[in-house]
Amino acid sequence: MEQRSTRIALATWSALVVLFLWIPLALIMIYAFNKSNVQSWPIAGFTTHWFHVAWSSTDVRSALWLSVRVALVATATAILLGSAAAFAVARFAFFGREAVSFLLVLPIALPGIVTGMALNSFFIAGHITVSMWTIVIGHATFCVVIVYNNVLARLRRSSASLLEASQDLGADGLQTFRFVVWPVLSTALVAGGLLAFALSFDEVVVTFFTAGAQNTLPLLIFGYIRLGQQLPVVNAIAFAMILLTVIPVVLAQRLMRDTGVLRRGATAAVVTK
Amino acid sequence: MRAARLRVSGLFWRHPWAKALLLLAPPLLAFALVYLAALVALFVSSFWSVNPFTTEIQHIWNLGNYRTLWDSSAYRTIALRTIGIAAVVTLTDALLAFPLGYFMARIASGRSRAFIFVAVLLPLWSSYLIRVYIWRLILDNDGVLNWTLRKVGLPAPNIGYSNWAVWLIFAYVWLPFMVLPVYGALERIPESFVEASRDLGASGLTTFRRVILPLALPGVIAGSIFTFSLTLGDYVTPLLAGGASSQFIGNVVYESVGISNNVPFAAAFAAVPLAVMGVYLLIARRMGAFEAM
Repeated sequence: MEQRSTRIALATWSALVVLFLWIPLALIMIYAFNKSNVQSWPIAGFTTHWFHVAWSSTDVRSALWLSVRVALVATATAILLGSAAAFAVARFAFFGREAVSFLLVLPIALPGIVTGMALNSFFIAGHITVSMWTIVIGHATFCVVIVYNNVLARLRRSSASLLEASQDLGADGLQTFRFVVWPVLSTALVAGGLLAFALSFDEVVVTFFTAGAQNTLPLLIFGYIRLGQQLPVVNAIAFAMILLTVIPVVLAQRLMRDTGVLRRGATAAVVTK
Repeated sequence: MRAARLRVSGLFWRHPWAKALLLLAPPLLAFALVYLAALVALFVSSFWSVNPFTTEIQHIWNLGNYRTLWDSSAYRTIALRTIGIAAVVTLTDALLAFPLGYFMARIASGRSRAFIFVAVLLPLWSSYLIRVYIWRLILDNDGVLNWTLRKVGLPAPNIGYSNWAVWLIFAYVWLPFMVLPVYGALERIPESFVEASRDLGASGLTTFRRVILPLALPGVIAGSIFTFSLTLGDYVTPLLAGGASSQFIGNVVYESVGISNNVPFAAAFAAVPLAVMGVYLLIARRMGAFEAM
């Protein structure tokens, strides 16, 4: 066990790091109510006016709508491809299994401009004009690994003998899926989906290279900040976005806790070993 | 109907490879046709050039883009700055994260561990752009930092729009990527290893240096893949929060695509971080970082 002084020092350090992470987030919440156009500290006064301005802006609305559509399609694609790959890797031993994980993690492990520039050259070489779908393709490539990781973690902790038991008892594939696989998997899928949605909704580095002149919400904000325009509107959107990302992450966190089915499955696996 | 379904299940049971193939084909094909093809397109188009008058891409193989990069001291400086700041950011995050991960894994109670876990996770998922933007406000000359330091009687640092700002913001936004794998690696160290080391007469410091640190290292390297790679491939933070001499590789690529419309040159410069990360990933794999991800 560590000495008392070491423990106190580590606790203090940890508290400071957590404060470092959270003070900026708290500050943006205050700035959203800044009365003035000028973003200096302390803020000039309190107003909720900018929320109305942001909400009634057609630019903001159409960017938001595009972001939501892209994130929904990218998430759906990621769920299909990511869970299929996770099933194959978890349930079958085959040559090159390690390579699958490596390939799927590449889009987020490689620098953003590499992925962005690669897709950009790909679309130009293939004479593909930018549209909502080019953004979706970019987002889906790096969202797959999020779903894949969540589902794979869940499958690794659940026992494959449950499937055999189900088949021994005469269930067909569909019934096994409905009554055995789905209860174990559903929460992991939802959690992975929520995180993939959050990632897609927020992405800006790769999106620039696949969007052309279209504006997703992050691209619109990026433009505003770069040109120093509409900063009060940016503050208001920031407030909303921080709150909106908190919800899916907290939900995903709760969903990834072990369910009753799993815990029993895990115990069975330990006993049979 | 049911009989048919049972027959299908039986078929898959007898031929598991058929099921594996059916599951693997869609994701692997999608990745091969889009992502790998895109990486190839990046590599190939970096050897093309742009007609200076028509700005159309000429499909003639040449090393011109790479020669420009190699010969120009400005681009060399930019590449070295990018790699240098990425390395310093990674080191900063490792130093910030290790004691925190240690506290979470080995000292904190269950409740406070869960609290810190969520407190680290939430900033990771909240908007990257917003987190860069808020630091721009904080570090501005009329921002919170200068104001607070002046209030307590210290000189104002005025580090807004400089490489200091870029370093600080990168360290801030990528910190959770380091904390989580470091914590994971430290948490997996069995308490019995530590006890055995103490029983054999090692001091606390020796146990830390010879037992805990080597076992936690794959976690640090796993985290460093993200902090290093994400910094290497960024242009948003240098553009929004950097100064006149804060250009990154990403900024040159961004401007080549967005302003001068020279995709082949942008592709050639983007190949530099790709090569750097390729080497980095190979080393990380050797050191067992992939199991800690």
